[in-house]
Amino acid sequence: MATTPTLAKADDEDESRTAVAHAARIEHVSKSFGGPADAQLVLDDISLDVAPGEFVTLLGASGCGKSTLLNLVAGLDSPTAGSLTTAGRPALMFQEHALFPWLTAGKNIELALRLRGVTKAERRPEAERLLELVRLGGSYGKRVHELSGGMRQRVALARALAQDSDLLLMDEPFAALDAITRDVLHDELTRIWRETGLSVLFVTHNVREAVRLAERVVLLSSRPGRIAREWTIDIPQPRRVEDAAVAELSVEITEELRKEIRRHGQH
Amino acid sequence: MASTETNPVKADDLAGLEAGLDALDTVQIRRTPVREVLLKKVLPPVLAVTLVVAAWQLLVTLKVADEGKLPAPSAVWDSLATMWMEGTLLGILWTSVSRALLGFLFALAIGTPLGLFVARVGVVRTAIGPILSGLQSLPSVAWVAPAVLWLGLNDSMMYAVILLGAVPSIANGLVAGVDQVPPLFLRAGRTLGATGLRGAWHIVMPAALPGYLAGLKQGWAFSWRSLMAAEIIASSPDLGLGLGQLLENGRNNFDMPGIFLAIILILLVGVAVDLLFFSPLERAVLRRRGLLVKG
Repeated sequence: MATTPTLAKADDEDESRTAVAHAARIEHVSKSFGGPADAQLVLDDISLDVAPGEFVTLLGASGCGKSTLLNLVAGLDSPTAGSLTTAGRPALMFQEHALFPWLTAGKNIELALRLRGVTKAERRPEAERLLELVRLGGSYGKRVHELSGGMRQRVALARALAQDSDLLLMDEPFAALDAITRDVLHDELTRIWRETGLSVLFVTHNVREAVRLAERVVLLSSRPGRIAREWTIDIPQPRRVEDAAVAELSVEITEELRKEIRRHGQH
Repeated sequence: MASTETNPVKADDLAGLEAGLDALDTVQIRRTPVREVLLKKVLPPVLAVTLVVAAWQLLVTLKVADEGKLPAPSAVWDSLATMWMEGTLLGILWTSVSRALLGFLFALAIGTPLGLFVARVGVVRTAIGPILSGLQSLPSVAWVAPAVLWLGLNDSMMYAVILLGAVPSIANGLVAGVDQVPPLFLRAGRTLGATGLRGAWHIVMPAALPGYLAGLKQGWAFSWRSLMAAEIIASSPDLGLGLGQLLENGRNNFDMPGIFLAIILILLVGVAVDLLFFSPLERAVLRRRGLLVKG
């Protein structure tokens, strides 16, 4: 077990935070790689809460450590300083589908159910239900290589949902897809997020994607990664990347992102 | 949360759009028709064998070497027919094949846990990994002499030689298979909760299967070769007549067609087991994983 199920305490020293349970709480987290002599600071004093049911995107250029941060939250790595708490083990989706090619689509989902302790009799119907949820009802027996890129990511999403975690971590899951498929998957993700009430922490370098999906966009600076700015987005869902409001905010955020990137060219 | 009512028409739209995309993007997988398999996969090797036999016959016809050294294909065929009529052919084949298969199964039972152990435990790998690789290049004939002295001229000595030949291949195949498991699978497995033994069972073993199968294939080849070396060198009436002894008897009797026949039979058994068992198994595993490239 990577993390113990811990809820944020009511007597938190920071008064500005209300006493709600957090899907994820990241407190003053720093991470460096390498030995003490040549330590490279990747993340510097990150504090971020994800509320239950909230959709947050982490946005940043290369080298901002956004994937590192996600790995820390997922429990695949441990921070150099600071603390991380999540309610249970989070589910994680990668840029690559990471489906196991020796199993069918349905069996991939059933493996997640099995590892969660779901009894044998319940696994098949639950896997079918999750496939229906991502609109792949007839694909239970399909092999991974028989599925298109978009279908693979939907099976991967279904497998992540099979973990029945309150928090879904997504590491640029749509970056390798073509634009049409990505658009469709944005709609699907929004629909599933609203149906399930999951909390989502979504990492991307695509500004429009961040604005299209999230309730809150967190911009990270690079080398080391620090929280540069945050935007709360109240454009009603379902949104489209083409919406004027989405485009307008994207321009503003892109400008900030470019400012962050330019700083690195100056010295 | 800002929520507008989901428009049912729009939701339907999305489902339809997605169904269209899925249909467009899905790769159509078609099995090769039998005619094409016969033409592209069976015909070339048959032609090659025919050519070799034709060249052989030509050399005999031109009398390049005298008949005592190079028998005609028909003479080899005749000695095969004689053995068949005498009813000894299947018995000889079975003596050798049953020994090799049983030895191979022993090698499997020892090589598999050994391979896992070497692959997963760092100290063990550093200690005996190089020895295992080295053993693969040691000809198994070398083991015949000590095996005879340790165990005597009996079946145990044959099995010992097979094990020493095949176990390193099987273990090494598994080590290579485990090493080639993509780290992404291990990370995905860990996020799903497959750690420790559950990780080994659900993720590492199935992911390493193609490398393991390649090791088994090589392990079989080594089993067969080792056994033939043992049978040729260590002949004794108590051991029963196998293919190796058949070859050795041919040498003692200056029976060149018999020697050719024994060599051809040894070759055929090796190829047949590979072709009928290991290759289909390997192809089935690779095909299921979409790793078989259609040429």
